[in-house]
Amino acid sequence: MIRQHLIDPEICIRCHACEEACPRDAITHNDDNVVVDASICDGTGDCLGPCPTGAIDNWRMVSEPYTLEAQFEWMELPEETAPESEPEPEPAPAPDPDAPRPREVAPASAARPVVGLYPPSRPIEAVVQGNYRLTAAGADTDIRHIVLGFEGADFPFLEGQSVGINPPGTNDKGRPHVARRYTISCPRDGERPGAGNISLTIRRIPGGICSNYMCDLARGDRVKLHGPYGKTFLMPDDSAARLIMICTGTGAAPFRAFTMRHQRVMGDLTGRLHLFFGARSPEALPYHGPLQKVPESFLAKHFAFSRIPGQPKRHVQDALSEAAEKLAPMLHDANTYIYLCGLRAMEPGVEEALGEVAARAGLDWPALRARMLAQGRYHVDTY
Amino acid sequence: MSQYIDVSYDTKIPNNVGLSSDRRVLKALEKWHPGYLDWWKGSGPDGFLEDLVYLRTAVSVDPKGWAKFGYVKMPEYRWGILLAPQVEGRVIPCGEHYGEPAWQEVPGEYRAMLRRLIVIQGDTEPASVEQQRFLGKTAPSLYDMRNLFQVNVEEGRHLWAMVYLLQKYFGRDGREEADELLRRQSGSVDKPRMLGAFNEETPDWLSFFMFTYFTDRDGKMQLEALAQSGFDPLSRSCRFMLTEEAHHMFVGETGVGRTIQRTCEAMNEAGISDPTDIDRIRALGVIDLPTIQKKLNLHYTLSLDLFGSEVSTNAANAFNAGIKGRYQEHKIDDDHRLLDATYPVSEFTDGKIVIKDAPALTAINMRLRDDYTRDAAGGVKRWNTIIRKAGIEFELKLPHEGFHRQIGTYAGAPITPEGEVISAGEWAARRDEWLPSKADGDFIASLMVQVREPGEYAGWIAPPRMGIDGKPGDFEYVKLHDA
Repeated sequence: MIRQHLIDPEICIRCHACEEACPRDAITHNDDNVVVDASICDGTGDCLGPCPTGAIDNWRMVSEPYTLEAQFEWMELPEETAPESEPEPEPAPAPDPDAPRPREVAPASAARPVVGLYPPSRPIEAVVQGNYRLTAAGADTDIRHIVLGFEGADFPFLEGQSVGINPPGTNDKGRPHVARRYTISCPRDGERPGAGNISLTIRRIPGGICSNYMCDLARGDRVKLHGPYGKTFLMPDDSAARLIMICTGTGAAPFRAFTMRHQRVMGDLTGRLHLFFGARSPEALPYHGPLQKVPESFLAKHFAFSRIPGQPKRHVQDALSEAAEKLAPMLHDANTYIYLCGLRAMEPGVEEALGEVAARAGLDWPALRARMLAQGRYHVDTY
Repeated sequence: MSQYIDVSYDTKIPNNVGLSSDRRVLKALEKWHPGYLDWWKGSGPDGFLEDLVYLRTAVSVDPKGWAKFGYVKMPEYRWGILLAPQVEGRVIPCGEHYGEPAWQEVPGEYRAMLRRLIVIQGDTEPASVEQQRFLGKTAPSLYDMRNLFQVNVEEGRHLWAMVYLLQKYFGRDGREEADELLRRQSGSVDKPRMLGAFNEETPDWLSFFMFTYFTDRDGKMQLEALAQSGFDPLSRSCRFMLTEEAHHMFVGETGVGRTIQRTCEAMNEAGISDPTDIDRIRALGVIDLPTIQKKLNLHYTLSLDLFGSEVSTNAANAFNAGIKGRYQEHKIDDDHRLLDATYPVSEFTDGKIVIKDAPALTAINMRLRDDYTRDAAGGVKRWNTIIRKAGIEFELKLPHEGFHRQIGTYAGAPITPEGEVISAGEWAARRDEWLPSKADGDFIASLMVQVREPGEYAGWIAPPRMGIDGKPGDFEYVKLHDA
């Protein structure tokens, strides 16, 4: 199967902007349609930005690519014959029959993400620019900040999107290892602005094939990755938005990206960002040092530590409950967005705490949550 | 390469032309800037200075990330000077200097000709903003209002692009021309805009859509021809402007398409199958297809006039000088000098239309116009698909090139849309069959009401199939401050 790039003839206005933009000359036209030559197109995506209509952004999984002649004849795109197969690498948790989750949508003002520009069959190669341990040397968790550079190649992504990695080698059945997905932890313009690189935040899992492969990478090593993935867990592009970000451990990755994006483009705003962050101890909390340097007025930080000797266990939901008074009025604000990222186990507790906050605001949480979900204002990414 | 792609914000004027190290031009432009803002406030969209509009702003000339979207008050829009990246080793693509390195400075012998071309192009940009000044007040939706304003701010940026060239390369003359561009006014008796179609009114939204489809498409063809210029800064300027121009084509094509769509839907809902049953169709609050045809006839023919005379020594000189090429010159397989080539040109003599072979060099305008007509026909075909899919028997057509013309060989000739030559008396008597009458205009005007609720549309137009920047249907494209 290949992922073929196609143009929707019903939406295209034949302005040929894509044709001018394509560095490979893969786009051509006749009197009727503008079409993409599957044998030339390598998915660089230079054509996506100039398209005024969005007609350009169509992809089909096909075993046999549509020919130019076939595409010239189309009045509309053919029906999809195979479902779009984005790899779902994380082992899917058993669905909870009591809590059917409606489909998430992206925030209305979010920029449009590019998805799957580099499919697993045609990954992009990156070079390791750095691999830093984020947790204290003595801490029982080893979390890494890994910086990957693309050496001038383009890898367009948005904060909240993730990449897929297939660790090299095969499993005991002789099949390639399954892919793992990691959320990018830097803003869209790169770990360093304009440097064309990304960062990942990865915890070493004992016995984990991919996490150990990644955490052991040394500067200069080369890694293949695919993606970017994710269409909904994105940040609003709106200076009026307020973000409540709730995470544990490496779930902080997207929120580092959100916060840095705000710093880079809306650095003068105050009171918009609220972070609730749970870990065992300050030593095990990734980015603990750098986070301390972000002014409280820009990012209100609420930490919760569960394993501090001599102190009661405190989880992220406890931090939420304690801040209920401050949070309650925010739930009335249509510009408020809530994001959860981290271990699946935190969900019930967080839900309960948000229920308390909502009650204090005189709101019914399940109804509010449904509304926020439909409006792209409630996002959950747990594993 | 990155210094050409990234946009510098270290001056008041975003640019990728190194303005901060070019004090003379920077000073000249900063002096021009307040006058521009005054012009925008006095002649730009009337009554929307305080509203937040979800606009696209060009931030780079890198195709992949060339624009960003966000809420902006229009007077605070970052109009910038952006040139497409310089192509290493680019050569003059046509005329007697064919194959020589492209000029980075104005060639002395062509100075006057170049200046005139830039001024004419520049004059059209603010003119259309002036013509569309009052349309915001009758926008059929916030989506359409936003699209109108997007077109307006980008026409404003295109004016900046031309003014930069004038200020940078034409000294005192250029400065004076830049000031004049703000003094002329569309439709003014004393100081009108330079080209006819840009002094016509844009009284309603169907006119606006037809204008962006047909007249902005002339703009596109002119920019395409100037993008082939041997004067490299002009070429680079126009190449980047074309990226923005595509949105204007889009507004026109989909605007007319959505109008047709709604008319067809309303006819089907009411069980009307005869598209000429005009009174009953109008009673549904939609614009009947024959009236849409009349609007098409008007705007198409006004736009044909913009190409100038079919046979023109000015055009020949500009081509021969390598200052203005043909549409997609680099894709044409010939000698690019047109020393012996001929091109079929229509001529109206002794009451007859004849086709003659003229030297291709003097027929440059005719050729560009033919390319334009082919380009324009594509959208008409897609509009007809909408009508056909709705099961209604009607076909929109581009009128004959001789119909309703003021410029060139057909100027004033009594020719029907089918291309039949008739008497002047008959033509005058039948005018209202082919072109919008006052009554047609009054009817369309009666439908023009502002719709201010996100996701809602006036009854005469269908919603778009897709939002701008992938936004959902009820997105608030304009945050009206008095809403």
